[in-house]
Amino acid sequence: MGWLSDSLDSIRTLQIRHVLTQIVSLGMIVTSALIIWKGLMCVTGSESPVVVVLSGSMEPGFKRGDILFLHMSKDPIRAGEIVVFNVDGREIPIVHRVIKVHERQDTGEVDILTKGDNNFGDDRLLYAHGQLWLQRHHIMGRAVGFLPYVGWVTIIMTEKPIIKYLLIGALGLLVITSKE
Amino acid sequence: MHSFGYRLNTVLTFALLLLAVLCGAASFLDAFNSPLSASSSYVQANAQVVKVNRFRRQLNGADEVSLTFNVSLDMKRLFTWNTKQVFVFLAAEYETPKNALNQISLWDHIILDKDQAMFQTKVTTKYPLIDQGSNLRGRKVDLILHWHVMPKTGRMIRDKLRLSDFHLPEAYT
Repeated sequence: MGWLSDSLDSIRTLQIRHVLTQIVSLGMIVTSALIIWKGLMCVTGSESPVVVVLSGSMEPGFKRGDILFLHMSKDPIRAGEIVVFNVDGREIPIVHRVIKVHERQDTGEVDILTKGDNNFGDDRLLYAHGQLWLQRHHIMGRAVGFLPYVGWVTIIMTEKPIIKYLLIGALGLLVITSKE
Repeated sequence: MHSFGYRLNTVLTFALLLLAVLCGAASFLDAFNSPLSASSSYVQANAQVVKVNRFRRQLNGADEVSLTFNVSLDMKRLFTWNTKQVFVFLAAEYETPKNALNQISLWDHIILDKDQAMFQTKVTTKYPLIDQGSNLRGRKVDLILHWHVMPKTGRMIRDKLRLSDFHLPEAYT
């Protein structure tokens, strides 16, 4: 009877090892994704290196669902650049083009006015009440690169959460059941 | 080993990788279209102020100017097979005692096609030239053409060219 219990034991330990391997590889996937994201943050100097365009205010240049790569350097901001900025009281950052820049002689502080290419007027209506200019601290980054359509994945996932849960469930199931 | 799932996975991964490589190549090849020497040989442009339509001081004390100018452009050479559009604008740039740099976009235009990249037109300022104060009387203002090449995919390219300068009148209209 000894050989039977031996083989049972070996099967049991195998399964535990298998489960452990799966957990470790899952952890590796999650951590490497995090490493890539944080690494991008370090390289670009922007707290969100990649943004998805949500509105059509920059058409035909950027459409809804396009992806922009941001870069934040110490270089001064100049007219014509496309910047991503946060307005107090607004949750979602805006991607628009700089049309006016006033840079102080003594302090080097800047007053910036932006406008969407596809909008009729400038952005003063979008700013906080009574705000006429954007300052440096409102700017999250400037757009340097562009990739079309990829952002639709995140738009669909945020607007239809059920698809997100289905996708996560399916992936989880695949990871657990895969034999390799 | 060669189940449907594995094959699908391989095909999808390979397709995505190929697409990424193609996008990277398209953007990289744009670099060969960059001018090696001065940008002036690359974009032909001219802009002259023909009329000062209005020059006044606003109630809050800021000078405001409306201008009419002639613009002629040839930006055909900016277009490559990866170019979606060229955003071109004319900016007034000047220095005041308070500000080291004032950049104000006066007129802009989106060129979607290479065939439309050469034209001559007479335009009025789309956005008025408003100073942060009243420093514009007799001020020398540079007219600078900026362009922003927006690609179908990849890196965006910006450049500029100084076209001309003019002096604003000494008196309001």
